[in-house]
Amino acid sequence: MAGEILVVAEFTHGALRPVSLELVSEARRLANAYGTSVAVAALDDAEPHAAAIGSYGADRIYAITDANRAPVSAVESLARELEPEVILAPATAFGADLAAALGARLGAGVVANCVSLSADAPGALVQRRPMYAGKVIATVETKTRPRIVTARPRVFSLGEADAARTAEVITRPAPEASPTEAVVELVELLKAEREELDVAEAEVVVSGGRGLGGPEAFSMLRELASLLNAAVGASRAAVDAGWMPHAHQVGQTGKTVSPRLYVACGISGAIQHLVGMSSSQVIVAINKDTEAPIFTKCDYGIVGDVFQVVPALVEELKRAGVGAD
Amino acid sequence: MNIIVCVKQVPDTAAEIVPTADGAAIQTQDIPWVMNPYDEYALEEALRIKEREGGSVTAICMGPERALSTVRTAAAMGADNIVHLSDAAFEGSDAHATAAVLAAAIKGMEYDLIWCGKMAVDDACGYVGTALAELLGLPHIAAAVKVELADGKVTAHRETEAGTAVLRCPLPAVLTAEKGLNEPRYPKAIDIMKAKRKEVQTKDAAAVGVSAEAVGAAGSATRVVKLERPPERGGGTVIEAPVGEAVARLVRALREEAKVL
Repeated sequence: MAGEILVVAEFTHGALRPVSLELVSEARRLANAYGTSVAVAALDDAEPHAAAIGSYGADRIYAITDANRAPVSAVESLARELEPEVILAPATAFGADLAAALGARLGAGVVANCVSLSADAPGALVQRRPMYAGKVIATVETKTRPRIVTARPRVFSLGEADAARTAEVITRPAPEASPTEAVVELVELLKAEREELDVAEAEVVVSGGRGLGGPEAFSMLRELASLLNAAVGASRAAVDAGWMPHAHQVGQTGKTVSPRLYVACGISGAIQHLVGMSSSQVIVAINKDTEAPIFTKCDYGIVGDVFQVVPALVEELKRAGVGAD
Repeated sequence: MNIIVCVKQVPDTAAEIVPTADGAAIQTQDIPWVMNPYDEYALEEALRIKEREGGSVTAICMGPERALSTVRTAAAMGADNIVHLSDAAFEGSDAHATAAVLAAAIKGMEYDLIWCGKMAVDDACGYVGTALAELLGLPHIAAAVKVELADGKVTAHRETEAGTAVLRCPLPAVLTAEKGLNEPRYPKAIDIMKAKRKEVQTKDAAAVGVSAEAVGAAGSATRVVKLERPPERGGGTVIEAPVGEAVARLVRALREEAKVL
């Protein structure tokens, strides 16, 4: 079927990453504007997730078993068969690399890190994305078909889930891997030391910067984070100093996050950090320097010593019954 | 070990970037131009590999005349050969067209390894390195934070949402560099001086062997229609009160005003 929206879902150890359902929701919105349907490429066991994926508006799910070794070849083969109008993939390590390789193979334009999509007519697509460390928003059009788009977690909102909507699951074996994919082997997957919420996926992020003075202070932040069910983030200064792993870095050379609430502790607010969190719904800043640039960008700020303010905030949140389940 | 490194000249990330009044481009006067930081990681790694294994490092840069300074920076850091792909026809190339030009230039060269930066800090597409691998029919590993070479293969650590993936593939291959791979060297003054006199291989579209339809706006798969400043945020409340009262006011505001608790 030509002209539909194809979503590439992302799985981690069998679990469907939430960004996948956000992309299905956005695909459904586009498909409604186009009068077309939504197909999903699932490169893992899709059965346990078929109901959820269907409830957000997918019409068909292609469960391509055994595709983990050669995901690009699998999606390429499906794209050539379906000839979609638009392919949506997550702007994660997996999705970004897949989108680029797919774009090169199909001769299709890739618009990465879209922050908004809109369609005012069937086939039309207005794509907006940040450039120059977020200082500029570009409106981009794609000349080719398909149009490949990637978007980060939490950029697109979930639609209304409708349990009565179901998707047909079509199981396919993975096609042969291309020579370029066949020779890359996964030697090992090193998991993080502790199971932690991903900063890009969390609804709340509590971040620490240079003002924390060392790695030990991050346990104070973890206590705050745990009350708020938040992920712990870090500025570049904290990561470069070795206080937190790079996976937690928020900012231009780290991750871009869009949580409901972002609490910046001991972070001055350099432009390169701001670009990573400026699309947060609400920003709180705690810093002892009244001149810190972050105070010009936050919704609420407290000027004070993080080592006094954060523990006091933890006590106040407990007193107010937050995190008490 | 012959290594090719693709480098791009970009505005310094601290630079003020303002769209022109018609939103068609950015204002470029007074912009400090630098080598893309991710390309610095790539070049630094290439130089370290060469220092261990022997061989040569060739830096290739597609860009307008001003990009020559970045080509010379590559030489100052230690690149043995420097190539500047420059032609008015290349202007307006998006990532797709850029990858096509680089692939055409690299096709006829001898190499064991090609390094690129994970992405450029100006357009943040993260496309060229991976696309280059596909166009050249090579395996690739993107966003490498650690690299080892042995027995004709490269083993790289790559951060993913699932954890750190350790991947291995045979050479020749394309790798893209992520922050954390290394700390790039600062060229010494004497090397900067020598780089000023180093021979640059300059190639135009004809020398690269690309047609007009494959480059510039004509060869681009995407087109920037408009550039705008993002909405300003700010105008928030700085709570000035003793700590106990300040946090109480904050929690109340987050609950009742912002409604995020």
